[in-house]
Amino acid sequence: MSRYISFRDFDWVLFIFVLMVCALGVTEIRSATVHTKFAGAHIRQIYWIVAGIACMFLMSMVNYQILLERVHWMYIAAIASLMMVMIFGHRYLGAKRWIKMPGGWHFQPSEWVKLILILAVAKYFNDLHQRELTWTDFIKAGAIVGVPMLMVLTQPDLGTALTYIPIAVMGLFLGGLRAKQALTVVLLAGLMMPLAWHGLKPYQRDRLTSFLEPEADSQGSGYQVIQSLIAVGSGGIWGSSAGSQTHLSFLPVPQTDFIFAAFAEEHGFVGALSVMLLYFIVLMRLTQNAQTAPDRAGTFVVMGVVAVLSFHILVNIGMVVGFMPVTGIPLPLMSYGGSSVLFMFLALGIVMNVRMRRFVN
Amino acid sequence: MFGRDEKVSPMRLTAAQYIVLGIFLILAYGLWRLQVVQSDFYASLAEKNRIRNVPILAPRGRILDREGRTIVDNYPSFTALLLRDSSRDLTADADLIAQGLHLDPKEVKDRIRHFAASPQYQPIYLKDDITPDELAFIESHRNELPELDTIMAHRRLYPRNGFMAHLIGYVGEVSEEMLNQPQFELYNPGDVVGKSGVELQYNTILMGKNGSRRAVVNSHGKEMQTLDDTPAQPGHPLKLTVDLDLQIAAEQALEGRNGAIIAMDPRNGEILALVSRPTFNPNDFAVRVSRDQWSKLINDDDHPLLDKAIQAQLAPGSTFKIIMATAGLQEGIAQDMHVTCNGGATFYGRYFKCWVVAEHRTHGVVGIDKAIFQSCDVFFYTLAEKLGIGRIAKYATMFGLGQRTGIDLPQEVTGIMPSEEWKIRNYKQKWYAGETISVGIGQGAVTATPIQMARAIGAIASGGLLVRPHVTNPQDLPPGVIPAATSPNEVKIPLDPQNWQIITDAMAGVVNPGGTAPSAHLQGIDFAGKTGSAQTISNALKAKLGAAGKANFKDNGWFVGVEPRRNPEIVVCTLLEEGEHGYLAARTAAQVIKAYVEKERRTPSKVAQNKGKVEIGAVWNATDPDGENNDSLRAGRMVIDLTRGHAPLAAVAPGVN
Repeated sequence: MSRYISFRDFDWVLFIFVLMVCALGVTEIRSATVHTKFAGAHIRQIYWIVAGIACMFLMSMVNYQILLERVHWMYIAAIASLMMVMIFGHRYLGAKRWIKMPGGWHFQPSEWVKLILILAVAKYFNDLHQRELTWTDFIKAGAIVGVPMLMVLTQPDLGTALTYIPIAVMGLFLGGLRAKQALTVVLLAGLMMPLAWHGLKPYQRDRLTSFLEPEADSQGSGYQVIQSLIAVGSGGIWGSSAGSQTHLSFLPVPQTDFIFAAFAEEHGFVGALSVMLLYFIVLMRLTQNAQTAPDRAGTFVVMGVVAVLSFHILVNIGMVVGFMPVTGIPLPLMSYGGSSVLFMFLALGIVMNVRMRRFVN
Repeated sequence: MFGRDEKVSPMRLTAAQYIVLGIFLILAYGLWRLQVVQSDFYASLAEKNRIRNVPILAPRGRILDREGRTIVDNYPSFTALLLRDSSRDLTADADLIAQGLHLDPKEVKDRIRHFAASPQYQPIYLKDDITPDELAFIESHRNELPELDTIMAHRRLYPRNGFMAHLIGYVGEVSEEMLNQPQFELYNPGDVVGKSGVELQYNTILMGKNGSRRAVVNSHGKEMQTLDDTPAQPGHPLKLTVDLDLQIAAEQALEGRNGAIIAMDPRNGEILALVSRPTFNPNDFAVRVSRDQWSKLINDDDHPLLDKAIQAQLAPGSTFKIIMATAGLQEGIAQDMHVTCNGGATFYGRYFKCWVVAEHRTHGVVGIDKAIFQSCDVFFYTLAEKLGIGRIAKYATMFGLGQRTGIDLPQEVTGIMPSEEWKIRNYKQKWYAGETISVGIGQGAVTATPIQMARAIGAIASGGLLVRPHVTNPQDLPPGVIPAATSPNEVKIPLDPQNWQIITDAMAGVVNPGGTAPSAHLQGIDFAGKTGSAQTISNALKAKLGAAGKANFKDNGWFVGVEPRRNPEIVVCTLLEEGEHGYLAARTAAQVIKAYVEKERRTPSKVAQNKGKVEIGAVWNATDPDGENNDSLRAGRMVIDLTRGHAPLAAVAPGVN
């Protein structure tokens, strides 16, 4: 294996499109928070983005193949950190998701677990070689993702737990899932639904019912859904300059999960569609990188990132346009929040690494 | 191990791309449906969907007099404001708005520009307390000028011309520094709170609790629907001990003069009237006081904001002689003391003049009673020399000088009662015996406030009952409010009845022929008192200043009067700044006493109304133990039983069989 890598092969096109999305996010965070108690959030977001870019460049210099060889250790560390949350976790708003770190930092392991799961799944399917999946492979792959997912579910953090599913789905799909297997799983999942309903926390049930019938409780849990719909709808084609829903603070905490609603209100259908186009270009560019990856593992890694990113976009924008219930999943690269930004840039760092090695061997 | 040959199925990769595309198309459809198809529907929802928190301002409690008559009330006042969340060009409308509200168009435009950077939902306040025709202008231009709106607030309506201004005080917006103090932690910026007088002292009672209404408003600020309502809790009314009739009499008596009048019921400490002049108009503060007005008020040499009844510490002059006489008699020195007044006397090598030489007279031989009603300085110089500062200070302090009376009004001052310790503590100097001589006539280092003098002399005339003055009665306060009393409500100072009688009888002589204020005599009223003229600067300094000094530093006139002379129902202290003569102050006080007595006589007596036991006051001739008739009158109180429906023909005075 030769060690020629250079930043000439770095995906600058992808990087520029990612930065454009980030920039739009920062301007919208500023606009949505300027007269609220969150004022100044956009500055902190810029710090996170700069830190994320630095992480991305560092990550792109680590050979992903070396990472993959050590992925079982990382997986063990991931499980251990989730155990730590269960034992020493810091309870905040009724959920144990954070570990208090020295120096006032809060560490939320479930984000990093996502990254490790992408690598672990890639490694697993890379080692399979064959094009058709057996049921044993299927169950093993499911367990790799399922165990940490159940642990995150108990925190409880349904939103983050759900983001693990597309990693497994993408892995299975590319790993050679047969139509019969897919059908069986979908049927089983359908049968499990009523059981899962009982396992949900009351606030999660509220969110689901308010999604199905937001008018039922317009001042309670349905409030966000209705306000988000009104915000997006009143934006019209060209956007409402006043941005009254966001600016008159009818839309609660617009800088995080509802950033797209705030953006859609202010910039209208044209603006929102442009942002979606940017995301689409980023995703297509990523799949192209997956196709040109030097090996099977590289493809799986990049497609894992594609799966997570697509899922986030689907759930978040789906929620904003009223197709999905409120789950608390941020819009990657645009929503305010350090963990989410750092995760995205680290994931992009691995993608860059895969791309930079496409002519190596 | 990582071989190129084991590529992932390209078909599946392409399929994944199509799945992503499919997701995006579905989301784009969702956006299109919301923002293009149903855009109008949601825009109209957004229009209606503006919940506004409208505060409901709680009116402050009214202030009432002792008979429940309103002294301070509220009136609805409208403030014109400019809403900025509409899309109108405000600057274009500025001229019309300025014309309608009688404002300068430039000023309106400046304000609009000044607020350009602040959040849109924050309105601009254009004009406070608009007139009815300005309000009519706003109402009639609702369609042309939708951005112009009003809010209603309850504003304080104080009596005009500064009537009772010092006692009532005034309100204002809570200041930044007040908000930082722990006792005001529950106040919000913009709250209107008491700033002085009763308004400050009883702010927590008077101030209500603002309510709020959550209302859905449309984009023009019009309320479409009320979501919920938290009603405002109006402030409690506050009943004062002040008698409005007496207050009017006192205000009129002091009209055109500078100084203070305080009238108190010495039996319980209830303040019946309190006036300080010059005064200010608290209505000017109720809206917003301009900087000019404010600086004019604080830089005025006559200190209109100062409540002189409790905040002016001045030499009490000859009124202090009552305390001297009490000390002298109680110590057994003054009873048989006789001094020959030749217009002055020398003490400790310095010649001290009696006031009487200015009239080219002398007092001749003077005993205690003549010394009081003629106010002979030489007698009290001599008494002061004999008592010494220690015993003088002991009695003066006992009767409340040099300390706050504990009246429930803010910023009362202590005055000074000098003593040997006081001088060492404050000046690090020894007390000179010569200084005692000046103190004997209420000059020198001794200073007192009118409320202190009223309380002390009222206590002496009441046989030693020293009460704490107060403007509200605890039973009139809302339940659960405990006024913070800083001193005991009443103290009984033992006073020999013989001495008490000598002093009060001599005080009655003051307003009779032969006294210092015969012109203040009230026919048919048992009025007694003591005059005082206190120098504002020393005689030596006045001589140095010549004519200008005489004009600028006239003496302060004092008078403390009681009615009736023993166990009085009312004590009045008058301070006339630069009033020159005590008898002028006495005439002023007499007007208040007269108003009091006339009112008492007009109202049906307790005897006529009561169906039980009544306490009445009486004056009678007593017989000596040896059976001889005595000219001196005895006064006292007795209880008569009216249960049978009519008064007894005779009642027996206490101690007389």
